[in-house]
Amino acid sequence: MVLADELAKKQRSISVAEFFEKNKHLLGFDSPTRGVITTIKEAVDNALDACEEAQVLPDIYISIKRTGTDIFRIIVEDNGPGIVPKQVPYVFGKLLYGSRFHQIRQTRGQQGIGISAAVLYAQLTTGLPTVVISRTGAKEPAHRFEIQIKIENNEPDIVSQEKFEWDRTHGTRVQIEFKSTMSAKKKLVEYLKYTSVVNPHARFRVEMDDEAFTFERVSQEVITCPVAIQPHPHGIEFGQLKRMAEASDQKLADFLVEGFSRVGKKTAQEMAEKAGLKATVKVRTLSADQLKALLAAMQEVAVPAPPTSQCLSPIGEELIRRGLDKEFQMDFVSARTRPSSVFSGHPFMVEAAIGYGGKLPAEGNATILRFANRVPLMYQQGACAITECITNVNWKSYNIAQAGLPQGPVLILVHVASTNVPFTSESKDAIASIPEIEKEIVLALQDLGRELKTFLSRRDRSKLAEDRARAVCAIIPEIAIKVSEIVDKPLVDTSPIEGKLMRKLIAKKWTKDGKVTIEVANYAGYEGEISVYDISHDNAADAKPKADFITEVEGQFTKVWKVRAEPQKVWKVAYSGRGGGIIEVRGIEDAKKMVVDLDV
Amino acid sequence: MSKEELERQAMKSLLAIASAWYDQMKAGEIPSIALPTRTKYNIEYDEGSEVWKYGDKESLRTAATAKSATHLLKMAYVIGFVKQQLIENRSSTLREMYYISEGWKRAKFGAQDESNFLVEDLEILSGVPREGFHLRPEEDGASIYGPMRIKEMTRRGLKTIHCQDDVGGAGYSIPNNVENIEFVDHDAKFVIALETGGMYDRLIENGFDEEFKAILVHLKGQPARSTRRMLNKINATWGLPILVFTDGDPWSYRIYASVAYGAIKSAHMSELLATPRAQFLGLQPSDIRDYNLPSDKLSEKDVEALKAELTDPRFATEYWKKQIKLQLEMNLKSEQQAFAARGLDFVTKKYLPARLSEMGII
Repeated sequence: MVLADELAKKQRSISVAEFFEKNKHLLGFDSPTRGVITTIKEAVDNALDACEEAQVLPDIYISIKRTGTDIFRIIVEDNGPGIVPKQVPYVFGKLLYGSRFHQIRQTRGQQGIGISAAVLYAQLTTGLPTVVISRTGAKEPAHRFEIQIKIENNEPDIVSQEKFEWDRTHGTRVQIEFKSTMSAKKKLVEYLKYTSVVNPHARFRVEMDDEAFTFERVSQEVITCPVAIQPHPHGIEFGQLKRMAEASDQKLADFLVEGFSRVGKKTAQEMAEKAGLKATVKVRTLSADQLKALLAAMQEVAVPAPPTSQCLSPIGEELIRRGLDKEFQMDFVSARTRPSSVFSGHPFMVEAAIGYGGKLPAEGNATILRFANRVPLMYQQGACAITECITNVNWKSYNIAQAGLPQGPVLILVHVASTNVPFTSESKDAIASIPEIEKEIVLALQDLGRELKTFLSRRDRSKLAEDRARAVCAIIPEIAIKVSEIVDKPLVDTSPIEGKLMRKLIAKKWTKDGKVTIEVANYAGYEGEISVYDISHDNAADAKPKADFITEVEGQFTKVWKVRAEPQKVWKVAYSGRGGGIIEVRGIEDAKKMVVDLDV
Repeated sequence: MSKEELERQAMKSLLAIASAWYDQMKAGEIPSIALPTRTKYNIEYDEGSEVWKYGDKESLRTAATAKSATHLLKMAYVIGFVKQQLIENRSSTLREMYYISEGWKRAKFGAQDESNFLVEDLEILSGVPREGFHLRPEEDGASIYGPMRIKEMTRRGLKTIHCQDDVGGAGYSIPNNVENIEFVDHDAKFVIALETGGMYDRLIENGFDEEFKAILVHLKGQPARSTRRMLNKINATWGLPILVFTDGDPWSYRIYASVAYGAIKSAHMSELLATPRAQFLGLQPSDIRDYNLPSDKLSEKDVEALKAELTDPRFATEYWKKQIKLQLEMNLKSEQQAFAARGLDFVTKKYLPARLSEMGII
């Protein structure tokens, strides 16, 4: 027997399921820790997409419970339109099965690998089937399935199927059990938090071990579901063209006009001529070479960019800001939605946001939130075009420290929405370097950088005023004490300097020898009623004059004095205490007052 | 100036500063003080004394920001401290004052540098060197070896010391206060000030001082004030030429510049500290070429420093422009000890005699 025959015996087709069993990393199941995140991510993506299609506000419940030493049960439940019973086994039990693969519009899941990969992973690690409950409407009964995948031929294996009493009127619940660990818990919470930022219309209820928390929705608006469009002549590949031609019984000109977006009669004519074909020829009869010529002609002829308004669904500047405000308490947030654009015939849109200060960590790399079609990208930050763009922006010119990435209390969000997000791999963790996309990201970031710079310099200006007030009110009096002592003369009074310099109503608070003093000197020429608020642990029982009212909350006393402010007059109060806390003056506009805590 | 006079002057000028502030505040003004700008852009050549001094660019420090106000507050505390020292006739080192400032609350020094800088400010404002404030420099005085005799007032009485016969192999240690030294006599033709201890020891070991009647001074890198004052006094008292022998890199040229012209930091004391007639012996960039010395490539910082020197008024002579440009062209630097590649005697038998006769010294 010849060797080739021998080899031929071993050569056989590989089922997709088998292929993925051996290449788990391609799908984000390379480690048990990652498995949890990938599964939840896929299930949540599907749930959000489904709710969007059904035009309902998503209410999503997520639960992760340990059922064995290293076995976890994951449940994701949504209030979407449900799945008809006939389709359930295919959606969950067959890889590469989906409704969106052939559509040209922005969706979260694309290839239809996601959730069934989790089913496969569960089957491989625990041998347990996945439980799916789905109901399509109040009048329909719910169905409960136990599903596995037949690895040899990538076909669903229905372990059991039954009608089920379910309290939801519509929706889907999937329960998957597999081997994992919870060491990536922090990352998981981060994922949910980020998802909630870009899906401000969704509510997530999460139960994790013994913890339960909710990410509330901040927008009651249902997202308009993106509409599918025809493929654009510049974004098509040979295989797809061939498939479309074979399925058509149209003449070439009509085929081009009706089958593609933005192609009119004139453009179709031009394409046909360039390809050396008659506009009236039936496309089905074209040979492979003729199709190749047609494809080349389609690339050459100028075609307007594909329509983007319907097939893309940007989050919008307002909602990004609200989403960020909700999850991160920051001093500054601004967002930018760039006009839509096109790469290789695929429409895309970049959105970005910058946040600063507040509770963000003051040191180290900036917090970076990457999103593709409203899905957070959690891994491979370094390999992502978004990160590269952030690094390439010169942040120092916006007064932000930079060491590769910007440094300090900065948050950067970038969202790339497209009918075909170019990922670097199937696990969809990083966006590939596409010059058109990178350009838009950089433009958005630069625009936001300028805005941040304005904010920072305004803040610095008010800091400068505060700095001046501190110098005048705290340090000059000390210079006066020391200098008077050196020259052996009576202590020089520095309050005229204060008045002259500040021309404001100045409230000072200081603590000395167990006595707290608050002094309000009015150099502003202001006349009227003001309130002095002093919040600290001191109860100010012996205050002179007595506070007009005092309230206590958990050991913190809020003392309020109502003071009649008259030009050039100084009002004073003193009480025994330890000082600290907050002092505030109300009833006079900010520009006319200055509050200085001399103990700080 | 006698010790008493110096102290009177110090007290008078420091009190004048405090009084000015007092009057300003009394008039309802923010206290302020004008100081010469202490950068290389504000040093000027003084024809009369032949040294570089601060020009008339001044910066006004006004206590209108927290930073400037704190600076003035610290100055006030130092003035108060010096006043107390002068009254009680005590003295302390700069480092001691830095530690004493621990108790000054808001006026406490953040680092030693800060207190040094502030004392220099006061020297400039009062025209009195820090010794007049009873503040001793912390600096490490260098050593000297050669045919000269001095008298020093020590705590064990007046001592006469010959700087070859009465000292150990490392030479005579220059004290902090050179004003206490009396110059008796000498049998020298010139002074060589050396950057590195290795070269200083090499010259002593090879008997260079005896053979050529040379006084050798070890600068220990960037020379301390006392070392520069010593060179200034030898030159002024005995009229001996001062030659500076350093490594061949931009940082070493700055050592020469501080000996000859004074440092930017102490331009206010240039008349006392600088020796304008000091000459640069080497290592010249042209020596690297002519003697084909082992060398290293210039680093980015070296190149930057050389370029900065081209704009430094102290290096604005044809000689230096030529040498620095040559060095940038060659992109090389060498250490003075690189002569050892030609044998340990090469520097004393060949290089120095050749260079000294070229300079017209021997």
